[in-house]
Amino acid sequence: MTTFNIYMTGVGGQGIGLLSEVLLRAADHAGLMVKSVDTHGLAQRGGIVVSQLRIGPQAHSPLIPAHAADLVVALERHEALRAAHAALKAGGVLIYYDALWQPLAVRLGQAPAVSAEAVAEKCGALGARLIRVHRPNLTDARMQNIVVLAHIQRLGLIAHLEAAHYEHAMEDLLRGSTLEENLALFDAERQPAS
Amino acid sequence: MKSMGEMLLRREAFAEIVMGNTALVRAMVVAGTQVVTAYPGSPTPEIATAILSIPADRRPFYFEFSTNEKVATEVAYGASVNGHLATVFFKSVGLNVAADTFVQLSLMNLMGGLVVVLGDDPGANSSQNEQDNRHYAQLAYTPVIEPADPAEVYSFYIEAARLSRQLRMPVILRLTTHVCHAKQKVRFPAWQPPAQVDRTPRFDVGNGPYIPLPFSVPELKQRALGRLEAVRGQAVACGLHRFVDHGNRQRGVIAWGLPFLSLLDALGDVQPKPDILKLGIVYPLDHGQIAAFLDEHQEVLVLEELDDLLEKEIKAKAYDLGLRTKIVGKLDAGDWIGEYTADKVKGILHKLWPDLVPAPPEIALNVAVPDRPPQMCPGCGHRSAFHAIKQALAADDITVADIGCHTLGYLPPYELGQLLMCMGASPGIGAGMSLFNTNRRVLVFMGDSTFYHAGLPGTINALHNRHNLTMIVMENGTTAMTGHQDHAGSGRNINGPAPKLPIRKILEGLGVEAIFETDTYQQRQLTDLVRKAMAVEGFSVVIARHPCMLKFTREARRKPGFEPRRVDIDQETCERIHACVAVFGCPTFTRLPDGQIEINPDLCIGDGSCIQTCPTQAITKPAKTGA
Repeated sequence: MTTFNIYMTGVGGQGIGLLSEVLLRAADHAGLMVKSVDTHGLAQRGGIVVSQLRIGPQAHSPLIPAHAADLVVALERHEALRAAHAALKAGGVLIYYDALWQPLAVRLGQAPAVSAEAVAEKCGALGARLIRVHRPNLTDARMQNIVVLAHIQRLGLIAHLEAAHYEHAMEDLLRGSTLEENLALFDAERQPAS
Repeated sequence: MKSMGEMLLRREAFAEIVMGNTALVRAMVVAGTQVVTAYPGSPTPEIATAILSIPADRRPFYFEFSTNEKVATEVAYGASVNGHLATVFFKSVGLNVAADTFVQLSLMNLMGGLVVVLGDDPGANSSQNEQDNRHYAQLAYTPVIEPADPAEVYSFYIEAARLSRQLRMPVILRLTTHVCHAKQKVRFPAWQPPAQVDRTPRFDVGNGPYIPLPFSVPELKQRALGRLEAVRGQAVACGLHRFVDHGNRQRGVIAWGLPFLSLLDALGDVQPKPDILKLGIVYPLDHGQIAAFLDEHQEVLVLEELDDLLEKEIKAKAYDLGLRTKIVGKLDAGDWIGEYTADKVKGILHKLWPDLVPAPPEIALNVAVPDRPPQMCPGCGHRSAFHAIKQALAADDITVADIGCHTLGYLPPYELGQLLMCMGASPGIGAGMSLFNTNRRVLVFMGDSTFYHAGLPGTINALHNRHNLTMIVMENGTTAMTGHQDHAGSGRNINGPAPKLPIRKILEGLGVEAIFETDTYQQRQLTDLVRKAMAVEGFSVVIARHPCMLKFTREARRKPGFEPRRVDIDQETCERIHACVAVFGCPTFTRLPDGQIEINPDLCIGDGSCIQTCPTQAITKPAKTGA
């Protein structure tokens, strides 16, 4: 099989680490050869978090080459656009949760914030499929990653990964009420919109 | 995987997805390591996370975070001369701190063995440089073993420990950032814990000499060099090297570590592929093996991340042997800089063999999206501190930063901490800048963990030599930047309760007379105290304390009955002065295109430290969010 590259990004504190770990374990539960790496530096302090995951026996290094991501998963709008420029391959898929955590220059009034249209425009130029997710009524921002995961599963964005693989991975990583809440949200979000 | 701790002690063979740093800890367990010491620093802190996942009473070895890397190395050395297999780990630049002790290790008989695990950082992902620590290995006659992925981290540590114990010499296991953090499924062999562990302190001067003095140094150095030759002799037999035979007798590549994997990715399906000699032990080299590889190929690339140590050695050896192979290493300065990712390696291969590998894609310059530098967290006490301190300073006063979260103060809107060097350097640098200086006052910052690590000598020097400067101790009660490890002022160590060594008491004991102290949320008072401190002739200190709010909030969330709170903006009162967003600069404040300010509910922790910064009192008191 050809290598399938997934590039995940967001801002420190958004839960990219868990999202990546769930996908890594889900791919393993599906019997796929998989590698990943978190590249976070000082991310805990509101910087950019990137996690990279590669599926397939031909992936040697865990790092994805530039413009070679089949799937970009972003949890924030600015980072979605940044990743579309740096990582997304032409004809790939970009799914992002439309949270807005303004970078420094925007807050200082020195640069405009990125608009949802700019993300769409870039994806259009790349011939990439764009999926925007947003749940204004979500009670806990730290569960935005699970909403995105549910959509990745529902839309079949990663071949061979079934809902049970994701759930199994979450059971590996979470406990108690946190596990229950995340599983319930994952299940609810997987249902087609009524 | 339900419990990492259980996994690390599992007796039967198993396969599990692990990070390189986690695989290392399984290897420590299996190798029978008895003492492990460290100082936290990226990319190594997850080694400690894995160690601490094993309950203390079941941990098969002793572990501590020492005060700094030098002390950590000394503790490991002491354990080793007592006969215990020891390991010390820290980040790349930690070796600079440990160097004074480290360079002596190879002169000694390390009865139990000692593995030095280095977390090098090509690409300077989270370090102040990308120094190539193989230079230190050569300086100190110490072998270097370099794994490429988590599976090799496991097996190469076992080999490093075996060699170290057998030859009673230090061995470096050199990891790099994305080897530490790479995750993949690793098959681990079964482990049978020893029925009994001999923990008798077997130190014996008869195994020495352990006193390196003029008359003993030549003999000790001779022994160190002899051991290095012994490793060279075993390098092939160790089985850590691999020949990837593509049947190409024209072109070959010598590679190791993560760049070897990048090479495989960069080559992809190009044909004909060069042969590859993949090394495990990178110092000392087995010259016979290298010569044979050179001899079999007309052209060999030494694919060497960072500096050109192997290239030089291989070229020199080929010259001695009269080999006529064309040997290529660094072609330009760019080859010395940055991590050897697949794209980087593609570029290197393309320069050398354009017929074989096409040019890598141009990396898009990302003008479309504003940069996102790391920020102090919402509620961070350092933000209040910088906000307040700035108001006490004149425009041409000099501020010196140190290592820690407070380093981020150099960013706008604070721009405090105009110079940064390394751990504990600020009082020394500040002292130098205060000389012949009567008009520009000098203020230096110091984190609390850093104060214990390397800040004391500079502080004592400032007192002893009567330097005229003010030190702000940014006290948040933890080692925040690297993941909240305890320090000597925490009242606990990794293994339990410990005596608390308050910085204030230490400073008083040293005889510092001008010590001021306040919580940083008391911004007006802090401004006032900094003014007072800077008016003092000589050395003065302001302890600007506030607990790390990231740690505080995480702990609060875990407690039952936790209710999130946040501030709000009273839009009627707000005059869009933007002090909150552009001067105080908490990331919680979001600026809408029309200039209106909103609170980001995902970020605000309801600490309220911003309220006092609004000239029109438009920020409301923190209230429950009702979520």
